[in-house]
Amino acid sequence: MKHLKPLNAKARKIEADMASMDEDVVALQQAPRPHVPVGCSLSFSPGWEVDASGGTAGLCQPVERDIYDCYVTCFWPVQMADHVNYSPDWASNCAAATKDWRNLDIVFP
Amino acid sequence: MTTLLAHRYRLGEIHEFRAEGADFIYLVTAGAIFAADGATRKVLDLLAQGELDHDDLVRALIGDGLSAVDAEGLVRELRLARAIEANQVVQGLTPAAPPADFPLQALVLNVTNQCNLACTYCYEFGADKIATPAGKPKYMTVETAKSSVDFLLGSAGRREAVHITFFGGETLMNFRLLRDVVLYADEAAAAAGKRITYSLTTNATLLTDEIIQFLSDHAVGVTVSMDGPPELQDARRVYKNGKGSYAVMEPRLRKLIAGHKTRAVTARVTLSAGVTDVKRIYQHLKHDIGFHEVGFAPVTSADEREYSLNGDAMTGVLADFEALADEWLDYALQGKVHGFTNVSETLSELIAGSNKSHPCGAGLGLLGVSPSGDLSPCHRFTDADTHTLGHISTGLDQEKREDFLTRGHVAAKYECTSCWARPLCAGGCHHEAFVRYGDTGHANLHYCDWIRQWTDRCLQIYGTLAQKNPEFLERFAERKGLQ
Repeated sequence: MKHLKPLNAKARKIEADMASMDEDVVALQQAPRPHVPVGCSLSFSPGWEVDASGGTAGLCQPVERDIYDCYVTCFWPVQMADHVNYSPDWASNCAAATKDWRNLDIVFP
Repeated sequence: MTTLLAHRYRLGEIHEFRAEGADFIYLVTAGAIFAADGATRKVLDLLAQGELDHDDLVRALIGDGLSAVDAEGLVRELRLARAIEANQVVQGLTPAAPPADFPLQALVLNVTNQCNLACTYCYEFGADKIATPAGKPKYMTVETAKSSVDFLLGSAGRREAVHITFFGGETLMNFRLLRDVVLYADEAAAAAGKRITYSLTTNATLLTDEIIQFLSDHAVGVTVSMDGPPELQDARRVYKNGKGSYAVMEPRLRKLIAGHKTRAVTARVTLSAGVTDVKRIYQHLKHDIGFHEVGFAPVTSADEREYSLNGDAMTGVLADFEALADEWLDYALQGKVHGFTNVSETLSELIAGSNKSHPCGAGLGLLGVSPSGDLSPCHRFTDADTHTLGHISTGLDQEKREDFLTRGHVAAKYECTSCWARPLCAGGCHHEAFVRYGDTGHANLHYCDWIRQWTDRCLQIYGTLAQKNPEFLERFAERKGLQ
């Protein structure tokens, strides 16, 4: 805390609570916060809805698009296999997701 | 493009105060005290004029000389500390209700409901009595007392220390029981692996050398009910024939203070009509008699009694309290503890940052036991059939206890929800509320202004000490190394 100086036990608890918040690991924590990764659904890349002109051709394919947005360009360790640490080869048998997606397997930790 | 929620800010629930030229805030939702710097002052001043959008607030701060990063950081800090609130935040954070199996910490044993005095303002026998003692035992038996000790130790959960307060009536009219209970409880507590401490309240008229020796040997803390020098003491603290009690108690009291080596001896003064000269009373009790501490409280009464304090009298009392508070602060600045309990108690709570769900421990960590073994929220409800919370032989009546605690919770008192002094007050004494308004869950509205004024005064003392003698606050918190 920079501007408030805690003077009693309860205030010091609040200070500790706020400090722990700063040190905590949270989603999208990369600066500047919140960090919005490119290609992720948070940036409103077209998903399963029609595009601005009412067409569907330019939309990402649901499965394939989500796989590579999350698996490669982003890091969502819960929904997707973690290719940085534990599953670097997860997609090695899937050269073209539209054709080879059946080769993607569940990860058994 | 990403669109983030745009906040609009308002002041949080805070009470601002100044001391020694510095700004402080008391955070009402938590009971926390912070010193505020100039930049914080600026934010509070801006928001005091009305709500502001995030961007407008930041822009104003930048205009005042802060960098953009500092301004964002300041707003974030004040928001996280709840000194300011975003408009999406729902107000009204109140302390959670305590758990149903709250471990017992203290019992008040009413060892007798008999008294050798007949003080005219007595809540147990006077015009405002709620007790219904007809047909009930007048003195507690050893069996009931021992059961109470067992009940206390059995209900204390993992607490390491428990406490028994002996009360009456006049406690010393049943001294033999008190002695037996202390000896029994010492053994029982040791067997249960707990520490136990004792205190008693007395009118001091029945003290003997033998009793004083026992109290000192067993470290029994003593509080003496006393109203001041002879003419004030004898105004209402009288025998049944109307004779004053000062002459009888005074020599015994001096022996007690001289002979009791193990615990502080404190005085508890009841202020009533005509007995309001706080400064003089303090002077007499502290310096002429030699009490370690002296605490004051206005008499509990329904609206119109012969002994009630009216508004003018309360104004005078508060002026005297202010003078004693100044004296307390002078002592503290020199590193010494002053004997005016009303400041000491409030300061202790401010140091901890208390934020009470209930005004006191009654029905929570503390219960009263009547001579017959009936349990009640505290000693003031002893023998009142309408407030029984079970019996020592059958335990707590959880349903009645829950009703009592639900009524008494600060969130249930509408007037308290907008009051900044509620963290310490929580609506005030359950018993006084019942006598005054007929409901233990009613806020004690007759002294709201007084409580706020007093809390503000104690906050200023706190701020001054934080500026000029912070070490005193640390030592006072632990009551270490202080005279």
